[in-house]
Amino acid sequence: MAKVELTHIPFIKNALKSRYPQLAVFIMMLVGYIFAILAGLIGTPVGSHNFSIVFVWIAWWAILILVAVPFFGRGWCAVCPIPLPGEWLQRGAVLSPPDKSPKWLNLRVPKMFRNIWLQNISFLLLALFSSVLLTTPNITGIVLAAMLFAAIGLSAIFERRAFCRYLCPVGGFIGLYSQTAPIELRIKDKQVCVTCEGKPCYNGSSAGYGCPWDVFPGGLTKNTYCGLCMECIRTCPHDNIAVNLRPFSADLAKPSTRMDEAFKAFIMLGSAMIYAGVLLGPWGAFKDAAYNVGTSAWFIYAVIFLTIIFVILPGFFTLGILKTKSALPLKQRFASLATALIPLGLMFWVAFSLSFVLTNASYILAALSDPLGLGWNLFGTANAAWQPMLTAILAPAQTLALVGGLIWSARTAQKAANKEKVSSIQVIIYSLIVTSIMLWLLL
Amino acid sequence: MNRSELISRIFVITGIILAIGAPLVFWTRTPLIHARMAENGGWNPDVIEAEVGKPLQLKITSDDVVHGFAVGQMDMQNVDVLPGKVTDVTLNFDKPGIYTFYCTRWCGLNHWRMRGTIEVSGSSSDPELVSPPIYVSLGLDLDAPHGAPVLPQQVPSAIRGQQLSIQFPITTYQFLNYYRSSSPYQAFTDLSNTTLTESQRWDVVAYTWQSNTTTESLANGKQLYAQNCAACHGENGAGDGVFADDLATAGESSMQTMEGATKMMMQSPVDFTDPRRMLGANPALLQGKILRGGMGTGMPMWGSIFTDEQIWDLISYIYSFQFEYK
Repeated sequence: MAKVELTHIPFIKNALKSRYPQLAVFIMMLVGYIFAILAGLIGTPVGSHNFSIVFVWIAWWAILILVAVPFFGRGWCAVCPIPLPGEWLQRGAVLSPPDKSPKWLNLRVPKMFRNIWLQNISFLLLALFSSVLLTTPNITGIVLAAMLFAAIGLSAIFERRAFCRYLCPVGGFIGLYSQTAPIELRIKDKQVCVTCEGKPCYNGSSAGYGCPWDVFPGGLTKNTYCGLCMECIRTCPHDNIAVNLRPFSADLAKPSTRMDEAFKAFIMLGSAMIYAGVLLGPWGAFKDAAYNVGTSAWFIYAVIFLTIIFVILPGFFTLGILKTKSALPLKQRFASLATALIPLGLMFWVAFSLSFVLTNASYILAALSDPLGLGWNLFGTANAAWQPMLTAILAPAQTLALVGGLIWSARTAQKAANKEKVSSIQVIIYSLIVTSIMLWLLL
Repeated sequence: MNRSELISRIFVITGIILAIGAPLVFWTRTPLIHARMAENGGWNPDVIEAEVGKPLQLKITSDDVVHGFAVGQMDMQNVDVLPGKVTDVTLNFDKPGIYTFYCTRWCGLNHWRMRGTIEVSGSSSDPELVSPPIYVSLGLDLDAPHGAPVLPQQVPSAIRGQQLSIQFPITTYQFLNYYRSSSPYQAFTDLSNTTLTESQRWDVVAYTWQSNTTTESLANGKQLYAQNCAACHGENGAGDGVFADDLATAGESSMQTMEGATKMMMQSPVDFTDPRRMLGANPALLQGKILRGGMGTGMPMWGSIFTDEQIWDLISYIYSFQFEYK
């Protein structure tokens, strides 16, 4: 399938180029985000009836993992409210063209942090506390507020969106999985960028700001770090930026050789499996251990969690590819072949999320009518009973997602292996084994 | 600053103010009574003020599990308080005083500690004279041992006792004052001047106890028992309620700290099927224990919750674990 340039359509192009539609969405999202913080802090402590839990961990998560990431890549980042206050304060403006002088320190992020290891760590921190975080409104409120303030703090110190790019716990995996999405932002003609003076897409101009994600669009080959903020569409003086519709997983044909990204794939794969076992499985002791943060049982759970992610999963993967005949260093083979785990991990998360989202989606109606648990009935749905949805299709849909993920992963492994001139069979067998485990955990 | 920037800032700031301000305003204007398991704080607030003749409208929510709400000594329907939901309750008081509200659902081991007070101010047109309970006027020591030294060989039968009473009039024993101030063993002893056998005397005692209650009282007592006592004392009175094991475990560790302040001993709940204990206890003693609670045990005081009539109904029912009524 060839690419289709969406920005060729005047309506889309104008909507993306203008700041107003985006600003309107930003304001709505920011209001919703702040409301979620307040709801978490002052609303009912009963998670299933609190707006913060229901709308963040059920509604938002469902939209993110089932729709936004698979179909729009970093589409969520394009409307995420977390960096906005920091960015506006950093710029000293909400809408106006940039000032010549930076408002705050505007430092460059140190080179050692210019990778996604911090994002890997921040995700794991949330993951280890997730049983409490996902069920306790005030903890959710505090974490949401902390992310907002962390983004403001980093904007005050560093240039551009340092929080989004290097610290956001969800930004890392959204970027990883956005490579599979059928949407991309790319330049139209490389030569135009080469000869472009001043590179306003990166450095900014009177028309707009330099890339908030610290990416030079002219060098974009993958979605991973493009936040789809559309700033370069506004700043490019040559109308050389396009948003394209493209085949799924187009970026995976260019395997990464970065270890931080490779481990991100293992972190996401392992987390989905552990969550499926702990949150959805029948083992009460695991649930208790995950929930009772700070106890010795929880520390054991944390050690097991990290061991699965950093030792067992990558360890077996390494053992699998160890014997593959290749002139390439093992590290490069490891990172390159781990690309196959990206679609697999995404579909693991889709399958896992289907389960708890469909089980808990009916809480959305009640929380919509009484978001703070004050006895309101705004839309007449406050007393909507909890009712698992689409239970009949859940298991088939999960199976389909996992089998589809396996096939997708095998195809990706073949491409990566061909590129590196190694065999893909070990990676395919590995994917088959972990998919079988995930199937067992979910079904 | 250009106009579009100004308008944008106004929208942003308005949105932020609304997002913060609106929830805070609504939250502060909706005072809720929060119910939590006693281990997590119980009722909050646990003291509510009200006025005679002025309806008290309460909004109650549970922060954890299903609780119930009722006010002691008040003719009202118990209401359930569900997690995350708000239950509206309107109360009307016609007498000033301190009322006790309490949880009516077995929410946890310390369920019975979930209590609060409603302080009702105002004047009453009909002041009541309060007389001390019988155990006080009798000078009973509620904590003294009261085991019956002689026990029946079989469960005393009120039906057999009724037949025997035709031959041996027992009018004396049927007076309310006698019943309330005498233990079954005392009545058994008082009947020793008759020609009845021991077994027959116990049957007459059973009939005496039955004749001092009614079917309605027993039914009411049974209902009160099921709602308030069975969690610890067991559905069949054997001291084996759903919390009994936990209470015993807590008792083994001897002292339990609530809110870092009150330390109290937890004990296994009393077994009402134990004839030694129950046949040696008179109704006045049981009334005292229910009114006051078990000092140093897990038995709460019910004086502020049950009416006198409810307590006597409950006592009638508790004795039914010892006797075979018709």
